[in-house]
Amino acid sequence: MTTHPAALVVFISLFVLAGCIGMFGARWRSGDLSQLHEWGLGGRRFGTAITWFLLGGDLYTAYTFIAVPALMFGSGATGFFAVPYVTLMFPLLFIAFPRLWSVAHAHGYVTAADFVRGRFGHRGLALAVAVTGIVAVMPYIALQLMGMQVVIAALGIRTDWMVPGIGTIHNVPLIAAFIVLAGYTYTSGLRGTALIAVAKDLLVYITVLTAIIVIPAKLGGYHKVFASVPPAQLLLAPAPPGSLGAGFAYATLIIGSLLALFLYPHSVTGLLSSSSRQVIRRNAMILPAYSLALAMIALLGYMAVAAGVKAMPEYAAGFERFGNNFAVPALFLHMLPAWFAGLAFAAIAIGALVPASVMAIACGNLFTRNIYKDFINPNCAPRTEARVAKLIAFAAKLGALFFVLELRTSYAIQLQLLGGIWICQTLPSVLLALYVRLDPRALLVGWAAGIGTGTWMVAQLGFKSSIYSLRVFGLTVPSYAAVTALALNLALSYALTPLFRALSNAPQFDETVAKDYL
Amino acid sequence: MNEKNTARRKFHPIYVCLLLPYAGLAWVPFYNRIDPRLFGIPLFYWYQMAWIVLTAAAMVPVYLYQEGRGK
Repeated sequence: MTTHPAALVVFISLFVLAGCIGMFGARWRSGDLSQLHEWGLGGRRFGTAITWFLLGGDLYTAYTFIAVPALMFGSGATGFFAVPYVTLMFPLLFIAFPRLWSVAHAHGYVTAADFVRGRFGHRGLALAVAVTGIVAVMPYIALQLMGMQVVIAALGIRTDWMVPGIGTIHNVPLIAAFIVLAGYTYTSGLRGTALIAVAKDLLVYITVLTAIIVIPAKLGGYHKVFASVPPAQLLLAPAPPGSLGAGFAYATLIIGSLLALFLYPHSVTGLLSSSSRQVIRRNAMILPAYSLALAMIALLGYMAVAAGVKAMPEYAAGFERFGNNFAVPALFLHMLPAWFAGLAFAAIAIGALVPASVMAIACGNLFTRNIYKDFINPNCAPRTEARVAKLIAFAAKLGALFFVLELRTSYAIQLQLLGGIWICQTLPSVLLALYVRLDPRALLVGWAAGIGTGTWMVAQLGFKSSIYSLRVFGLTVPSYAAVTALALNLALSYALTPLFRALSNAPQFDETVAKDYL
Repeated sequence: MNEKNTARRKFHPIYVCLLLPYAGLAWVPFYNRIDPRLFGIPLFYWYQMAWIVLTAAAMVPVYLYQEGRGK
């Protein structure tokens, strides 16, 4: 692959600058970083603006910015489901998340599983929620590193370096990026991430606004861009007789994905770091600005079709290695000046630092609070708690790096597919529990059944898709496996609750009271 | 007001605003079409993009209502 010196210089300078900003974060509004909520929730002090930047980088991950246009590029209209789902998540967030924030604030909860333990007094259910969160978010970290790998390759940086005495080291740029990420997360925690998020967002908005004006102009307008997309892909396929069709699958993808995003540990961590309920509600209203950016980025997939980058020999190697994920990087290299492509790639790579770091911090928080403290060392000091969380956050990222470098990246994508389905199964114990307290044993059964059927359905599809077609009274109902599994999960949780309550007369444990939620 | 009564907030009609975006996007065949276009963009795409702005707007009255009640 060819090297682009101008792009490279811009990229490296911006990346190093971001790393410095992250390190500086430890001093910014400094708190006692040996406390878990100071390191892992930024002291719960982020106001409206900082929360906006942090969540913007956290919910709309760098991988999303690569994968959504790639899906549009390869499959057309279906890929656009990302836009309604990141829109429709906000009214729900507006209503439900202030309740979670309040109860977490009243009882010092740092994770969703903390809330589950307090609400139900059931260590097993809290463990199930914590483990689901960790397992679901790990492959997501790997995908962020993969997003970085794509732009690093697009820059044409030499990845294998000879070191005298050691031999050849592969993937040097990615390892360097990893060191920056791990270093600032360890020292600064969520504060450093929030500062990087501000820097990254400026780059993202510059890139998006430029790209959606300059590229269509060069291609002859939006009409031409859409005309180049195969007509069959421009809309969802109409439903064949006896089936609810692709439209129904699209709707279930929206619902399942928005519920999953809501329940992912990095969303919870990001939102609990805000300083008040009001900050959350305001953010629900202003975060859709990123959905607009995402919609425009999604359309870049069609611009890549119109530009015909796939047929160009100079990008063949990239497409071969990364598949359609290479579409947008190739589009930028082809249509924009090299230095600007460098800026856009820096936006993606720095953008990957934010979610990767919040996800790793969320893993650290979950492990420390809900596994280490609950099962291994119940009497640990706050200082130990923070140290364990830092180490686990580091281990989570190291695991992700190992995943990307040593295993096939398709495993990370498949695991992330499953992760979305799994995390949805914590809904009755977390989201619903903000309103209704079902029996924890019934919830545990529902959770297990949801995880089991969800995994089974995806296995039936060969781990390639998550749209499983059910046959209901002769009607084919194609739907997102997360939603089907969740329906079963909810049915079981509701049906078994009276049964379990009848079996034992023990008083129900609940350390929260109604006014904690307001 | 005692604590028991504040627990279950009474439903106020303004909360219906929050359901509108779901209603607007729930029935996919309604917007799974090309025409009318807007700036050359097929309806399927601009309709869903329009709901981004409308969704943000739908939360504003609820926010103002809650602010007014000092929540």
